[in-house]
Amino acid sequence: MEALTTETHEIRTSQDVVSVRQSVRKRAVELGFNLVDQTKIVTASSELARNTLDYGGGGFATVETVRNGTRNGLRITFKDEGPGIPDIAQALKDGFTTGSGMGLGLGGAKRLSNEFEIESQPGRGTRVAILRWKGL
Amino acid sequence: MPKIGKLLYETLRKDEQGLLKEWIALQAKASGRRMSAAEERQLEAQSTEFLATLRQATQEDGDDISKPEWSAVRDFLTQLSTSRARAGSTPVETAMFIFSLKEPLFTRMRVNSDGQELADEIWKATILLDRLGLFTTEAFQKTREEVIARQQQELLELSTPVVRLWDNVLALPLIGTLDSARTQVVMQNLLEAIVETRSDIAVIDITGVPTVDTLVAQHLLKTVAAARLMGADCIISGIRPQIAQTIIHLGVNLEDVTTKATLADAFAVALKRTGYAVTKVKNSNRNAA
Amino acid sequence: MERIPILKMGEFLLVTIQVDMHDRLALTLQDDLTQQIVKWHARGVLIDISALEMVDSFIGRMLSNIANMARLLDARTVVVGMQPSVAITLVELGLPMKGIPTALDVEKGMQTLRTYLGSNGYGKDPDGSADD
Repeated sequence: MEALTTETHEIRTSQDVVSVRQSVRKRAVELGFNLVDQTKIVTASSELARNTLDYGGGGFATVETVRNGTRNGLRITFKDEGPGIPDIAQALKDGFTTGSGMGLGLGGAKRLSNEFEIESQPGRGTRVAILRWKGL
Repeated sequence: MPKIGKLLYETLRKDEQGLLKEWIALQAKASGRRMSAAEERQLEAQSTEFLATLRQATQEDGDDISKPEWSAVRDFLTQLSTSRARAGSTPVETAMFIFSLKEPLFTRMRVNSDGQELADEIWKATILLDRLGLFTTEAFQKTREEVIARQQQELLELSTPVVRLWDNVLALPLIGTLDSARTQVVMQNLLEAIVETRSDIAVIDITGVPTVDTLVAQHLLKTVAAARLMGADCIISGIRPQIAQTIIHLGVNLEDVTTKATLADAFAVALKRTGYAVTKVKNSNRNAA
Repeated sequence: MERIPILKMGEFLLVTIQVDMHDRLALTLQDDLTQQIVKWHARGVLIDISALEMVDSFIGRMLSNIANMARLLDARTVVVGMQPSVAITLVELGLPMKGIPTALDVEKGMQTLRTYLGSNGYGKDPDGSADD
């Protein structure tokens, strides 16, 4: 898999979350994603960017267009140096809550993406990557 | 500079034109039919480009085609396989592009060397070309899979029609299994229809759905939820006795959804909810229009 | 400061969200709306999200909060105009938006509110549950 383009955004304010969304939307349109797939990856990015801001103490989002053989995709990686997630399995299950804890962020982002990776340790920050391939 | 491994490169460099001509002729013969002028030109262009990129890549002695030095060759072959797959070639025809190069190439390598070195070099070259041949086959398969997947998608869209039963009432007769790909198409078609017709109710008939397991139930519930977000209520009809049992045993929660055994019952409920009533006209003439 | 405009339509208020929401804007909206509901004795609130190409859990929470606050002030909320791709994504995301009635557009949204209010509070809740 190779990265064709890459942009990094700092996430410090809620306006930055908007910027990340707009950047992801732009790339998704460029790659020719259909509207539903665009919406899914933009929404997943928004969830994770929010998490980075609200729980990670701020961080970075890297938006990359990638290619693997004949298919193109969009990958976004979120990194923070925040407190980390003590129980990832639990965090992925958590959902439908109204604001306490990660709420829908992680699980939702996973459901909306084709590929999902997470690394996190208490005290060591968190790295989450989501990827969606261009559909047919 | 070690001579081993260089024989291939040297041979490609020394007699590219002659090699090219012979190779193209072999490919034309192998295709078993007369090619049009345009096809001939395309074959010539493809073969020329391949030899050039191959020559570049073999400058470094190495046969690991996954290395960056080989990326130009890989890209070219991927492109070639993809276009041939789309044009309807067979995987064998496409791989023959590579394999037919062996004969003219080895003949020339023999001319440029001899003895033990030659045997080793030919062995390495054949392994290299085999790998490249397999690579084209893989790329070919991927493209074919994409073509099939796209055709499946088109089939899906054709097989999930949304019907306007009445003012404000839509019907969605589902036939066949409901997997996640189909559900996406179903949801899209249904929601677009709701927007276009401004319907308040959608009857989803599952008479034609053979089995309802947890996943299918989830897909149905997702579809119902999506319709509701667009302001339309759903009624699920066509619940056969078997399905009713399965749903209860699975513990699927259909409390929020109205369900009916038949499409007719569902239609009656839909009419009532949207404020319509059907009355029988006395002394109706059955044969009247 | 940017504010989202709130239109008075009879006894209803109409809010049209057209921009990318961020925190401060959401809080300002909630403030403004609650004040306007009281000021005009509004019985219903329509939130038009037809311009939103994305609804995430933040916006979902904001809509929930608005609906709950309005409820406390004896006004009912209906969210209208959700785009199909947003609806499909929300369902996949798992955001139930329970308790917030939705309608196709402003016109249907008003019908929904009137149905509820027209029966003077007795009868069906716009979200389908029976009123006590």
